[in-house]
Amino acid sequence: MDFSLSKEHEMARQLFKDFAETEVKPLAQEIDQEHRFPRETVEKLAKYGFLGIPVPKELGGQGCDVLTYAMCVEEMSKVCGTTGVIVSAHTSLCVDPIMTFGTDEQKQKYVVPLAKGEKLGAFGLTEPGAGTDAQGQQTKAVLDGDEWVLNGSKCFITNGKEADVYVIFAVTGKVEKRGKMMKEISAFIVEKGTPGFTFGTKENKMGICASSTYELIFTDCRIPKENLLGQQGKGFNIAMHTLDGGRIGIAAQALGLAEGALETTIQYVKERKQFGRSIGAFQNTQFVLADLATKVECAKLLVYKAACKKDEYTKNSKISYSVEAAQAKLAAAEIAMEVTTKCVQLHGGYGYIKEYDVERMMRDAKITEIYEGTSEVQRMVISAALLK
Amino acid sequence: MKVVVCIKQVPDTKGGVKFNPDGTLDRGAMLAIMNPDDKAGLEAALRLKDQYGAEVTVLTMGLPKASDVLREALAMGADKAVLVTDRVLGGADTWATSTTLAGALRNLEYDLIITGRQAIDGDTAQVGPQIAEHLGIPVISYAQEIKVDKDKVTVKRQYDDRYHMVEVKMPCLITALSELNDPRYMTPGGIFDACKADITTWGRADLKDVEDGNLGLMGSPTKIAKASDKVRKGAGEKVVPDSPEDAVSYIVGKLKEKHVI
Repeated sequence: MDFSLSKEHEMARQLFKDFAETEVKPLAQEIDQEHRFPRETVEKLAKYGFLGIPVPKELGGQGCDVLTYAMCVEEMSKVCGTTGVIVSAHTSLCVDPIMTFGTDEQKQKYVVPLAKGEKLGAFGLTEPGAGTDAQGQQTKAVLDGDEWVLNGSKCFITNGKEADVYVIFAVTGKVEKRGKMMKEISAFIVEKGTPGFTFGTKENKMGICASSTYELIFTDCRIPKENLLGQQGKGFNIAMHTLDGGRIGIAAQALGLAEGALETTIQYVKERKQFGRSIGAFQNTQFVLADLATKVECAKLLVYKAACKKDEYTKNSKISYSVEAAQAKLAAAEIAMEVTTKCVQLHGGYGYIKEYDVERMMRDAKITEIYEGTSEVQRMVISAALLK
Repeated sequence: MKVVVCIKQVPDTKGGVKFNPDGTLDRGAMLAIMNPDDKAGLEAALRLKDQYGAEVTVLTMGLPKASDVLREALAMGADKAVLVTDRVLGGADTWATSTTLAGALRNLEYDLIITGRQAIDGDTAQVGPQIAEHLGIPVISYAQEIKVDKDKVTVKRQYDDRYHMVEVKMPCLITALSELNDPRYMTPGGIFDACKADITTWGRADLKDVEDGNLGLMGSPTKIAKASDKVRKGAGEKVVPDSPEDAVSYIVGKLKEKHVI
């Protein structure tokens, strides 16, 4: 077992780090306070291929692996949680399902411009009554001639108003499963600008404030028949498969937030003086930092392991990475929350002030315990595998 | 159109500086980056590739570790990379370095050679012009803008208080300033390809028309008497005089005290 990164991964990490420090960090505080989506950053991410990292070159991507993609989200999130989730939601939740379940025509039409960053992607599963319980879906799709007609709404959608291509889930009928009537769910590709597809409320959030989080509304929205993604009725499987991958992205975001907070705090405790010496000279500070650094390392190992397992899946689709992804997300998210909270504490009063990055990082970290499957859902996934 | 860019791996100024017992830099023990002026030269070449489809080759002399900057250049978009490495070439000054690089360049096809103005470790600005002398081609130094039109290059050449517009027929050599442009980043896919790419490696025997007496430490006219890390300055003294006159008299007093005037 070799824990060292390969030459290409070391170089990629350095690239992401340089990019994040130069292009992303200077905007992080401003876009958070203004609740402004960083379109200019997205253009740069696109220019350097960061929006198609784990996509094959023949589909317009970079031809790299999932570990490289996870490191990109991690490094962006070290300085800006919003930028991390823009990359993650686009890549894991929109590009990945079309790449995995799409027809050749759909891949050419959608994956190529998405991977090149000419278009931005989003994913719509959650509804007011259907978050963790995907069976609670109300949005319906009815086939009418050569078109599907969508009616309903989706909420809390990341990249909401800024995306161009959306993977949307809707109920297409009822099926009997184990003697019970269940909703049949299917996945669709919907383009921005389709008549009947509009945006509702922009969410005013605690953290990742620059991320565009919107309600999507479908009113007799007609999309071509060929925009069904995968087989009819397989939507639930597509959603679960997609979220397994998405969890690695969010775990990487959480890891980045924890690392970013820790790095900032290490610098701070060396400079901040109380009682005539730097607060880093106090054993309490030292022990807290030691514990946090150890937890961050745990998160990193789990995130990288999950990413490598998904890479194995890419070569052999019989391999499952579901449990590894759930463990990575559960651990990284909870560690991010703990690390950022304790980093705020080590900053004292300054940690509560918006000028200090840890204040933003703590607010950003909370969502990683909630979206793309709450920590409780991750525990369900992990325990189900243990007890089956 | 074929462009060769000479690049150098230099110590990262963020890392510590370490020396060999003979006073030369211990490059193997230091963090290293692509020299900033060279990176601007590479970006200029890559723009010629974007615009005219130029083929870009990067060339460096150094330890095997110097292949890192060649891979970085490939990941930015260069097409080919050549590493000149040999024990007998170690400890070279500007004369021995330019002799070596010219010996390598005689094996390569080029319309344009671009080097950085100077490296941040030596700050001599001599290697570029010396290469041009060895090869018998024109040189334009301190380029802050480069335009190519058929077989001619027009260069905006920086001066202290003005600039020169110089037009020259290719083949020629240009030394680039870091102000020339903002170099692009690598791409993730470019990195993966660069790590798999073959780097042509040449030793002493591959250099064309060079004499042993002009190579390496032995062939270097420059002898380093002593080298040391920069002496760190003290914290200084902050003075807030009441008037400009007081400020002048204070400064003059200090200069006299230190026997500067």
